[in-house]
Amino acid sequence: MSETAAGKRARAKQDRVAIVSGLRTPFAKQATHFRGINAIELGKMVVNELMVRSELDPKLIERVIFGQVVILPEAPNIAREIVLGTPMNVHTDAYSVSRACATSFQTVASLADSISLGDVSIGIAGGADSSSVVPIGVSRKLQLALVDLQKAKTVGQKLSIIKGLRFKDLLPVPPAIKEYSTGMTMGENAEQMARDRGITREEQDALAHRSHTLAAQAWEEGKLDDEVMTAYAEPYTKEPLHRDNIVRFDSTLEGYAKLRPAFDRKYGTLTAANSTPLSDGASAVLMMKESQAKALGYEPQGYIKSYAFAAIEATHDMLMGPSYATPMALKKAKMQLKDLDLIDMHEAFAAQTISNIQAFGSTEFAKEKLGQRTKIGDIDMDKFNVLGGSLAYGHPFAATGTRMITQTLRELKRRGGGVGLTTACAAGGLGAAMILEVE
Amino acid sequence: MCESIFELNMQDDGIAVITIDLPGEAQNVLKPEFGEQVGEILEKLSDDISVKGVIIRSGKAGSFIAGADITVLNSVDTAEEAEEIAKTGQRLFTQLEKFKVPIVAAIDGACLGGGLELALACHGRIASDSSKTKLGLPEVQLGLLPGSGGTQRLPRLVGIPSALDMMLTGKQLFPKQAKKLGLVDEIVPAANLMKAATKRLHDLRKDRSMKKPWTYYLSLAGIKELLLEANPLGRNLVFNQARKTVDSKTKGNYPAPHKIIECVEKGYSQGFDAGLAVEAKNFGQLVVTPEAKALISIFFATTELKKDKGVEADVEAAKVDKVGVLGGGLMGSGIAYVSVDKAGKQVRVKDVSSKGINGALNYSWKIISKKMKRRIISPSDARNTMSYLTGSTDYKGFKDCDMIIEAVFEDLELKHQMVKDVEDNCAEKTIFATNTSSIPISKIAEGAKRPEQVVGLHYFSPVEKMPLLEIIKTEKTADWVIATCVALGKQQGKTPIVVNDGAGFYVNRILAPYVNEAGILLSEGVAIETLDKAMVKAGFPVGPITLLDEVGIDVATKVAPILQDAFGDRMETPKAFSKLLDDDRKGRKNNRGFYQYPAKGKKKQVDESVYQVLGVEPGKEVSSAEIAERGMLLMANEAARCLDEGIIRSARDGDVGAIFGIGFPPFHGGPFRYMDKRGIATIVDRLEHYQNLYGERFKPAKVLVKMKENQESFY
Repeated sequence: MSETAAGKRARAKQDRVAIVSGLRTPFAKQATHFRGINAIELGKMVVNELMVRSELDPKLIERVIFGQVVILPEAPNIAREIVLGTPMNVHTDAYSVSRACATSFQTVASLADSISLGDVSIGIAGGADSSSVVPIGVSRKLQLALVDLQKAKTVGQKLSIIKGLRFKDLLPVPPAIKEYSTGMTMGENAEQMARDRGITREEQDALAHRSHTLAAQAWEEGKLDDEVMTAYAEPYTKEPLHRDNIVRFDSTLEGYAKLRPAFDRKYGTLTAANSTPLSDGASAVLMMKESQAKALGYEPQGYIKSYAFAAIEATHDMLMGPSYATPMALKKAKMQLKDLDLIDMHEAFAAQTISNIQAFGSTEFAKEKLGQRTKIGDIDMDKFNVLGGSLAYGHPFAATGTRMITQTLRELKRRGGGVGLTTACAAGGLGAAMILEVE
Repeated sequence: MCESIFELNMQDDGIAVITIDLPGEAQNVLKPEFGEQVGEILEKLSDDISVKGVIIRSGKAGSFIAGADITVLNSVDTAEEAEEIAKTGQRLFTQLEKFKVPIVAAIDGACLGGGLELALACHGRIASDSSKTKLGLPEVQLGLLPGSGGTQRLPRLVGIPSALDMMLTGKQLFPKQAKKLGLVDEIVPAANLMKAATKRLHDLRKDRSMKKPWTYYLSLAGIKELLLEANPLGRNLVFNQARKTVDSKTKGNYPAPHKIIECVEKGYSQGFDAGLAVEAKNFGQLVVTPEAKALISIFFATTELKKDKGVEADVEAAKVDKVGVLGGGLMGSGIAYVSVDKAGKQVRVKDVSSKGINGALNYSWKIISKKMKRRIISPSDARNTMSYLTGSTDYKGFKDCDMIIEAVFEDLELKHQMVKDVEDNCAEKTIFATNTSSIPISKIAEGAKRPEQVVGLHYFSPVEKMPLLEIIKTEKTADWVIATCVALGKQQGKTPIVVNDGAGFYVNRILAPYVNEAGILLSEGVAIETLDKAMVKAGFPVGPITLLDEVGIDVATKVAPILQDAFGDRMETPKAFSKLLDDDRKGRKNNRGFYQYPAKGKKKQVDESVYQVLGVEPGKEVSSAEIAERGMLLMANEAARCLDEGIIRSARDGDVGAIFGIGFPPFHGGPFRYMDKRGIATIVDRLEHYQNLYGERFKPAKVLVKMKENQESFY
């Protein structure tokens, strides 16, 4: 009895990691509002506005951790570019990470670690991606030839290198969509998951319709206004963007049925509408040690309770990460699925989302894959992606994690507090889960 | 031997380094007594056979020589004395030019006027790539000409057209521009300046001169040079063109440009030495002109204002890091731009619509991206600057603003709302500045919780171009608030004058009777072109009717009744003007005013239908001399009242305000110098003359009558 009380006191004294505020840009379809604006500019845009709104002395920010998935070769450390390119303090430390679609889960986790360890007490984490400004390279043959040419000394040597090139070697090469190690595309992976589980086109379309309808509703009810900034883009002649231009405000189920399969053209069930579209955007959160936040007079949006990352098979059922990472995060938080008030799962594809929902409720999956006797738990759809998900908002890869975290925290707050789960799959068979609490 | 500002250092490699360092000053300036000191050094060096070359540098980082000391000219009474000063300088620089070994100028920082003439007399010029490095001959701006050989050496180095352009406009070149013209031989980082200068000396010794190769004359620039400059016929063409341009710009009000052209012309037709003689003679003549005296007085006034804190009390300006701008319209956008790009502040713009914010961002981006395209700044610098400028449709991110400048619509109720909003949403220390052009500041401060932090900042449009900032204090405005505004104004690149609160403050109050007079003449049937031309000829940048169109007839008619209320009938506007607004004529902003605004490229023309609206038949003849005199007298008369009533602190502020805010002809030196020049008695007589003819609005100000009796002057 007395031991428990002492333990409680110790825990109460322990500083939690607080998320003070979060912000994102509206997400825009590829080559629309943010055409020509690269990920770094998007990152600067959101962090700058977050800073200005927080009215925090820039000197107090000790670290920025940021990420992008489609990395620009000219500036791989996006976090530092953000610090140097905005009114932030030059002495703010900054580094960048990549964890595919779960990148900003990682930036938040890394910053949380630093704060827990007492390394820093205030920082910013987030991610940005652009599908509109991408590094377009040259063919492997041309690449080799260009390096060889630098080394070649005589005209003869140079000529013989050039002679080896064919016209097609000179064509520009867009960034690869195939995974480096497996040679498979993300769509093929999701198609395989749908196929093996017999998930129908109708089920997938219904989820997409649900996602768009809930997202549109969230916008119409003004729930997102304070977490999404208005984006003013260079040269400031285009109409400013207030809302995501991907969300369908007039979604009808029939609309989805018209589309043709996007990946497996013959027998496939995945279409452009039940897969998340390529998009541009950025998001970030301001994090502090709980005591620091309170000392500065901030009322945090919420706290990080636990998080976990999982790695699984990358050639088969690759997008099942949430079903592996979630039980780990629950265990760390000493909680069960039914204790959660909200569940927010990244919707890369409707098929992937449905596959994971099924796995959560499957005892067989729990026994075979997780080595535990009981299933993770049946998902109550009234608590699931209540404001829609990535199918509707879009998915600027590295920006999705912090979008979900801020959105979930604010929704928990509107509901009077509670505990929520955010979880995502990521390329390479990775999964992330983070449990958040709001008082 | 008195302490020399020149330090001579003999290096082991046989190179003599002369360092110029004026003790106790931020900038080096050339004074006549230095001639002797340099002469001595050169003599010493010429006896030393081990000297292989000479480098002239400045001991001040970021400043070479900012020019000649013009205070010397104050004590000059005759043209002959001034001519002698020029000749002394010429002799010294000729001595440099003819020195037995090569001399190279190592330029880091401002190299202007006499400083550039010195550099021109050297055999080589190396410039640093610093943003402080600027080269130019700005003498024309003081009504003078480069009198130490500049009119002869510059055209021979960079060609006649470029030299005339530099000398007639007084423009200052960046290092890159100077290199392109051939004004400097090389641009290097400041740390490599001496290395590059040494290398240049070696090249000069080996006669690796930078002569143009013969193939140059096959290029377009080369052919142009052969056609225009290398023969008397072509040169005539260039000079005639230059004279035409000068006449259309100066309307014959400024003698210096023609004198400059004459120097260059004679230098080519009669030779270098004859050119120098003409240069010295013309310099002497210009120094004693009233135009030069007026322009120099403005220069001194602005120099004084740069050191002026704006208040007598010993207070420190508060630190300003973040400026909030309310309203993203034309004025708000301009204020945001000068705050972010010139003053380097963090700026947050609030507007009722995101469109307004986008407009404000676009306004700054247009100016900044232009600099980027001209490679004055890099793309990353441009975007970095832009990141200091953000916007919002609510008060998020305004709490920590040190100063708020409101530029919303001119409506007292709205302004009161702004005061309240700022008190609710910003910090206790936040200064509330209003950019009103008509509403008295004390009225805006009514009901403010902290009236001591309410102040007027009257900017002029377009903000990034107009140099004046009128800072208006009320009885309650705290000294530290004024000092903070003065400091910010200077950082924004403005010349601030501090004035007391009152209807129209200073600038609009003296402008109103001047514009009204044009309106009265117009409603009597004087043609619009006649009125505008008369004032432009008198030296104003634009005529009063054009000004009305530019400022906006709606704005002007809003200010007018306030002034009439305060000052009575002398500020009465012509009644016909209200008909203009009924006809939806707002001026340029809605393409309906006194003029028609056709699409680009075409010249604007008077909109003849406006006469009908006003109910007049144009055709009345009044001489341009009378039109100009009536306008200027009324303006000066009102300015005298402002000084008398303590609206302005000094005649100096009144002159600077009129020139920088309205464009009062600079060659008169401002309304107070104009009155002094004509004599207060003459001014009173002329006013009374018009008073008899046209009525009470010409009644001389009491202070002027008193000054006439006591035979006083303003300065």
